[in-house]
Amino acid sequence: MNDWSDPGLIAALLALDGQAFGGVHIRGPSGPQRDAFLALLQGLIGADTPMRRCPISIDEERLLGGLDLTASLATGTSVMQRGLLSEANGGFVVFAMAECLSTHMGAQVGAVLDRGEISIARDGIQARVPANISVILLDEGVTDEERAPDAMTERTTFALQSGDLRVILEGAALPTRESIIAAQARLAAGLPCPDDVLEALCETAFAFGIGSFRPVMAGVRCAQGLAALNGRTRATLEDAAIASRLTLTHRATMIPSAPEDAPTQAEDAEPQDQDDPSQNAQSPPPAPDSDPDPSTTPTPQDIDPTEMLIETVKAALPEGVIAALSLGATGGRKSRERDGRGSGDSFTSPKRGRPVGSRRGSLRSGQRLHLIDTLRAAAPWQKVRQAQSGRVRVQPEDIRIRRFVEKRETTIIFAVDASGSAAWQRLAEAKGAVQLMLAHAYQSRARVALVAFRKEEAEVILPPTRSLARARRLLSDMVGGGGTPLAHGLEAALTLALSERAKGRTPRLLVLTDGRANIARDGSANRDQAGADALSVAAQIRSFGLRAVHIDTSPRPRPGAEALAIKMGGLYAPLPSPRSGDLAALAGL
Amino acid sequence: MTKPTFPFSAIVGQEDMKLALLIAATDPGIGGVMVFGDRGTGKSTIVRALAALLPPIETVTGCAYNCDPKTRKQTCVAGCLVPSKANSQSVSTPVIDLPLGATEDRVVGALDLERALSHGEKRFEPGLLARANRGFLYIDEVNLLEDHLVDLLLDVAQSGENLVEREGLSVRHPARFVLIGSGNPEEGELRPQLLDRFGLAVDVKSPDDLAMRIEVVKRRNAFDRNPAQFLRSWAKAQEDIRTQITDARARLSDVKTPDAAIEWAAKLCMGVGVDGLRGELTMIRAGRAAAALAGDKAVKHTHLRTVAAMALRHRMRRDPLDDTGSTARISRAIADLFDGA
Repeated sequence: MNDWSDPGLIAALLALDGQAFGGVHIRGPSGPQRDAFLALLQGLIGADTPMRRCPISIDEERLLGGLDLTASLATGTSVMQRGLLSEANGGFVVFAMAECLSTHMGAQVGAVLDRGEISIARDGIQARVPANISVILLDEGVTDEERAPDAMTERTTFALQSGDLRVILEGAALPTRESIIAAQARLAAGLPCPDDVLEALCETAFAFGIGSFRPVMAGVRCAQGLAALNGRTRATLEDAAIASRLTLTHRATMIPSAPEDAPTQAEDAEPQDQDDPSQNAQSPPPAPDSDPDPSTTPTPQDIDPTEMLIETVKAALPEGVIAALSLGATGGRKSRERDGRGSGDSFTSPKRGRPVGSRRGSLRSGQRLHLIDTLRAAAPWQKVRQAQSGRVRVQPEDIRIRRFVEKRETTIIFAVDASGSAAWQRLAEAKGAVQLMLAHAYQSRARVALVAFRKEEAEVILPPTRSLARARRLLSDMVGGGGTPLAHGLEAALTLALSERAKGRTPRLLVLTDGRANIARDGSANRDQAGADALSVAAQIRSFGLRAVHIDTSPRPRPGAEALAIKMGGLYAPLPSPRSGDLAALAGL
Repeated sequence: MTKPTFPFSAIVGQEDMKLALLIAATDPGIGGVMVFGDRGTGKSTIVRALAALLPPIETVTGCAYNCDPKTRKQTCVAGCLVPSKANSQSVSTPVIDLPLGATEDRVVGALDLERALSHGEKRFEPGLLARANRGFLYIDEVNLLEDHLVDLLLDVAQSGENLVEREGLSVRHPARFVLIGSGNPEEGELRPQLLDRFGLAVDVKSPDDLAMRIEVVKRRNAFDRNPAQFLRSWAKAQEDIRTQITDARARLSDVKTPDAAIEWAAKLCMGVGVDGLRGELTMIRAGRAAAALAGDKAVKHTHLRTVAAMALRHRMRRDPLDDTGSTARISRAIADLFDGA
């Protein structure tokens, strides 16, 4: 019946029953098309349904609700204040810059999405408040690491790129409020989802390696919603095909193996991989190995519904994804980690971070008063202090200051000299140390990066990561040999360190070299100039206040070898044959 | 307004987690259950389902600590406001959700601000730990909770008593509960010291059997469409499990632990390299509960075998460069030690 584009369909489904779908994750830059989508949605849900914007600076109290202090003091009883999520009950909450939301906040909103209510247990308030909401995540992250928290994206059924939304401005056919109201009536009458539709959705999710049950359940609801929007009284396979495109495509972790004639198809379909024959040879196995999978064996029917759905999802997958998935690269989504917590560097801060209670103190500049704890401290003394009723006497010793914990993560940057004959061993040990640290980093949550320098250049071999699997993959083919462009290496490490610092992490440098620089900054083979250049970059490292260690790997340390470490303002560690364990220890684990 | 809960008996698969929870329900002294698992595998669903299944408990009417009328003289807090001749009532076993944003004062309890300000009266307002007494305390995403709160919870869970020393209050009240934590290891792990204090640990995975997955979705869909009817059709199965728990509790103290079982456990612990005695003790204790649940009179190898992984998995030293999961290492050790001979 209708020929709406995907953004239109998603807006219609959200308007139909937003709470059932958790919401939508819109990735990409802001712009008129995104506003147009929000306006469309608001039009479909009507003006009475709340749609609240949530700033990222919101504190837990405003988000979830808590004690209304002014009212409590005025009335002498605990008065609860509703939070933004419960004010949006029955409607939508828009999170702008969702990529900046903390894991912690993500988990809290995730719990609300699951339960349709908020349980509050803070500041003397104990309550459960209804909050049937749906969220719209406006995610402007660019890199893989900058993304809305998993706890939220797992629960938002739909995903869109902000570029997809252009069709709304280009005058595509759009759903109307009337069509939504009509469809709601059909849904309310109880619109069944036949078993074959349900099974086809399950099989499709299974074939694409989607382990979570949420997308499948959402797919079922989506098929029902589509049927209602199309004026049907039961969900059909046609609805399931669209539903799987909208709910499953973006969660695929593998490409299903096609039936028997697969090998020839794969060869035809992937000519872009021909530059590396070994990859081509490898790419078919990952699919078949996951193939105790009965879904792909042909059934006696003429058209297998599952196959149809699988084709639909495949067609909707962006090309890069297919290539990455069929190469078995589980990188991206799965092993991506975010602002984990843990023993990076965490320090209590008076101003920023996550609140962790209060302590006794005085109100100096920059301190924030913890009013409730202050009142608690003052309360027992009110009789002694002969307070008049309705007034609280607070004395300086009652003052409680808010404490926050700011977690800073560490990024350990290895700058490894890959030149000359000892390169192989140094590299091997540095790799070993990286892997060891990443294995530890499971608990310490440190990121590790590796810069290698040889010949006339330095290269970031391993961008900062916490994923052991990714590090293993990237580190597997490093080569050594050639001159020693120490200045380049240090510069590359410094640049990386500063960009890490800009992201709020604490970088540490570990420089592994014998210190015999012989390639100057301009690329010439001038030993003296090379040494001077290296020292000048070292001085820069110091001026930025970075923590650095020079691990001298030369067999017999020369006199004056500490110069580099002194210039960097760091430690000097002569380790002719460093072992992974020592390196990991030096990196501060 | 409370939404109906999906019945425990209708949960497909996830045998390990269901068994661990039943063991904890049979023997609350087992020391908590930690559940690891990916998103969307139904961890929370299972815990909430447990709440609806547990046999009810007798409490003193109006008691904030769920005191048992029979033992209240020993357990009840000094200055408890409930009169000594209060009636008793039957309530469902508490399964308390600890929200992530909870502040310490609401968890352990604190000075009742309202009373203090309006009446100048110093009174303790019990927190979540009091409400969880004789029940379960559930924390989803426990790895995101503040470390000091996790420490505190484990400490209380172990001692069975909550000591509050703050704001001029000095209160001690019973807080015997089974702590259930769940989390996704990809989002940060718990410190090993903390992990060790959970009695059992289970890994929840998405079933990789298609037929099973279809069954999960079908049941869930049927439940969503008509909860009341779905619950009715599973009422008998629910009652069976409830009886199983009640019977197992009654039988537990009579379950014998032969020396052979103890030796078996010790050998296995040495085989997989578990430090300390907690692993062995927990394994035997869990084995007894498993035997009680199965209606057996003594702990047998089969019982120990089913609980070995959940009792040991989180206590093993991790070799960072060995990718083999703990579960695989345990089954390998079982095979090496006992099947080969």
